Amino acid sequence: MSITDFLTMRHEVLLTILAILILIIDLNLKKEQKHYIIPIVLCLFMVHVIIGFLPAEGGVLFGGMYKTSALTMMMKNILNVGVMIILFQSNGWLRKPDNQEKMSEYFILLFSTLIGMYFMISSGDFLMFYLGLELATIPMAALAAYTHHQSRSAEAGIKLILSSALSSGILLFGLSLIYGTTGSIYFDKIGEVFTNSPLQILAFIFFFTGMAFKISLVPFHLWTADVYEGSPVNVTSYFSVISKGAASFIFVIILFTVFHSISYLWKDIVYLIAVSTMTVGNLFAMRQKNMKRFLAFSSIAQAGFILLGILGGNVLGMTSVIYFVLVYIFSNLGAFGVVAAISAATGKESMDDYDGLYATNPKLSLLMTLSMFSLAGIPPVAGFFGKFFLFTAAASGGYYWLVFIAVLNATVSLYYYLLVVKAMFINKNETPLAHFKSDFLTRVGLVSCMLGIFVLGFWSQIYEIINSLSIGITF
Amino acid sequence: MNILSLFVLIPVLTIVGILFTKDYKQTRVVSAIGMGIQLVLAGLLIYLYLAERNAGNTAAMLFTYDTVWFPTLNIHYSVGVDGISVAMIGLTAIVVFAGIFASWMVTFLSREFFISLILLSSGVFGFFISLDLFTMFLFYEVAVIPMYLLIGIWGSGPKEYSAMKLTLMLMAGSALILVGLLGIYFNSAPGGGQLTWNIQQIARIQIPIQMQRFLFPFTFIGFGILGALFPFHTWSPDGHASAPTAVSMLHAGVLMKLGGYGAFRVAMYLMPEAAQEQAWIFIILTSISVVYGAFGAIWQKDLKYINAYSSVSHCGLVLFAVLMMNQTAMNGAVIQMISHGLMTALFFALIGMIYGRTHTRMINEMGGLMKVMPFLGVAWVIGGLASLGLPGLSGFVAEMTVFVGAFQHTDVFHRTVTILATSSIVVTAVYILRVVGALLFGPIKDDHFLQLDDAKWYERFSTITLIVSIAAIGLAPLWLSDMIGSSLVPMVEKITGMSIAGLF
Repeated sequence: MSITDFLTMRHEVLLTILAILILIIDLNLKKEQKHYIIPIVLCLFMVHVIIGFLPAEGGVLFGGMYKTSALTMMMKNILNVGVMIILFQSNGWLRKPDNQEKMSEYFILLFSTLIGMYFMISSGDFLMFYLGLELATIPMAALAAYTHHQSRSAEAGIKLILSSALSSGILLFGLSLIYGTTGSIYFDKIGEVFTNSPLQILAFIFFFTGMAFKISLVPFHLWTADVYEGSPVNVTSYFSVISKGAASFIFVIILFTVFHSISYLWKDIVYLIAVSTMTVGNLFAMRQKNMKRFLAFSSIAQAGFILLGILGGNVLGMTSVIYFVLVYIFSNLGAFGVVAAISAATGKESMDDYDGLYATNPKLSLLMTLSMFSLAGIPPVAGFFGKFFLFTAAASGGYYWLVFIAVLNATVSLYYYLLVVKAMFINKNETPLAHFKSDFLTRVGLVSCMLGIFVLGFWSQIYEIINSLSIGITF
Repeated sequence: MNILSLFVLIPVLTIVGILFTKDYKQTRVVSAIGMGIQLVLAGLLIYLYLAERNAGNTAAMLFTYDTVWFPTLNIHYSVGVDGISVAMIGLTAIVVFAGIFASWMVTFLSREFFISLILLSSGVFGFFISLDLFTMFLFYEVAVIPMYLLIGIWGSGPKEYSAMKLTLMLMAGSALILVGLLGIYFNSAPGGGQLTWNIQQIARIQIPIQMQRFLFPFTFIGFGILGALFPFHTWSPDGHASAPTAVSMLHAGVLMKLGGYGAFRVAMYLMPEAAQEQAWIFIILTSISVVYGAFGAIWQKDLKYINAYSSVSHCGLVLFAVLMMNQTAMNGAVIQMISHGLMTALFFALIGMIYGRTHTRMINEMGGLMKVMPFLGVAWVIGGLASLGLPGLSGFVAEMTVFVGAFQHTDVFHRTVTILATSSIVVTAVYILRVVGALLFGPIKDDHFLQLDDAKWYERFSTITLIVSIAAIGLAPLWLSDMIGSSLVPMVEKITGMSIAGLF
């Protein structure tokens, strides 16, 4: 492997090395030294993140199976930043006595799924895409069942593996039909020959359904809430942010490149799914009392908004989806970070426990409020810009009524986001959660979310960079 | 540094300053200093503006500053003012300043209170200076959202319900506005070329008429919700009644004006053809607002509800006048915005002060307050007289101009609605005088009222600031109406499609 090849796929190579390194280091640590693995992994991953940002040319490897460009590198870097924050936020929870034994497993499983996502994003054909998808999914089930002594966590793992197996089966069937009708598995080739013959449309629908399962779009969302609720908080935040973000990235890429010839067809489907996803996600989120379930349904609704950008079907759409995911990572991790910190310190996860939180933990409440505003799309925080650009992308395609439905949905979502704010600031509580101070690394994670929420919107440079990279994508 | 950007920067700096304060005494002093500077700055702006105009500068917008923000979408940070926005900035500065003093005794979470209040005001200032639809929308939402916390935490009565209702209804309004703005943006270059968010640039082109027909209702109703357009006014009585004093002042005084301002600056100015076609629907709705609000006020027993319904009526009059689409009526609309802003702020301030002493807002439980608190009583009478349109105070100037303008239309429809709307003046007199009688005169119903004291210095300060402004407009309306009128000319020309330059 030459140096240029390494630079082309440095994300994958480095992270694989990192995962193996963790295994070796973990073997050599004595039992009472196990917790040293956390700072070691954080430092190593930080190096990985920084190397990821070094400039590089795109390239093609393995005869077209693996393609990378500045845009896909950007996507991977965005995921990296999100994972970095999650690692910071996991610190307090990982140090609990229950998890002492298996800290390194957490990292290895997490990184394996991340490698899978890298390959998925960089795939140049459906084989690599499918491999990446599976690599991203299977360790995730293990992560969901990480606290396996709790029956709910084990249940989440089983639910995830079963539903992903089903969706993978559906997806694979679609892929086999695509191969059968076009004679190729390469994105470029398929894009040239794909038409609207009935069998190919059937193939597309199977593919679409499989992907909808992964991104948890309505009506394929039912696994989400249970899995999110059962998994440990930090794993849930990984699901709802990183995994969803990666799946959205590849979904956009494939829709825009492989299936662009039948865009008139998938736009109708995406339209319907977007409306139902936003609406159903919102209606369910309103009634949730458990914070994790609440955020699960809110993230379903957010996925509906992402579809709006996809509908734009142009550079604007691509840019707005990537930008939105970036903003969403920070806003949602802010919310999950607070939930995780409170859960780690007190074990409470219900919205009622948050009553009067501002009196005892003002900083956490403030971050939670900002995250909620950002998720709801209220200026001046970044979420406003993310949503606004998604709407702009949809409006550029002339979908004014859809934008209207979406903005009304955003208003509905504001209702339940404000319920959290109301609980913390307004609701009276004789015995609010006691004041506590999170550990240093968790606070670093939380503060970086807060910075991201504030800076990303005003700093137009980021949007422009994403836009300039998106222009390269072929249609 | 552009002088207009200071209007956003100073509130932000004040907020930063508040973060470093230790107790409520320091907080309120810092807030007062910040908003005092803002008031001086607003006075300076009016002076500079008039000086510039007198020197013969006829550009539509003065003190402009423009810098690209998001090049891909051609989003700019673009500011500039004409006579209308200068007047609105002056109004905002006065009301916010008076509001700070009216909330002098907020001790519960005072830092958070003043931060939210000043954040809200920065949104309002930003809205009035914006020439770019994107930043305008951004500031609009910044102005709306702190309301939730302000009412929810420091409010009274069913505050959680009211706060949620108000926030969601206004956000639904902004949903409509957003669709309208996106539509305007994507149709801002019908002949091809660079799309733009800039209001002045869009005003030079004509948006295709089919799109106008589709987009105008979105934009107008969206802004109309904030301007208490019937039947979307229901957030206003609940919201105002539950809000703490300064928030009611700011909301009824300034925030509702965002609706009227946006309705003609964005909806009508940019889509004049559709505005003319569809005006009759909205004229009917606004006449209902005007009359229904006035009648609604008669039935209420709670002082805040009375004033909130009266705001629905008066703000309805603003939209009514705007829809009349001629120079005189629109001039009246802007004066009415300013006059009502000052009046209603005065009323809400007085209600807050009276409530702080009597601990009730029900008029049937009070009486004879003139004897125990003469200062507040006199201030109330002045506000009431302004509200029912006594010559010499601002209300008369505004309503007179509006109705004269509206009556310039010679067709039956316009004249009928004008006559109907005029009837609200009579109804206004009824509820104002009824309250004055029940509240200030007659026997004292509760003996402990006798121990109550009159206004403190900060309350007097707040009240006098507002009364002086009301009287100033009432006694010398011409400088204001000239300032507004000359800026209205290009807008009215665009909206009516006729040249009226010779008239002014």
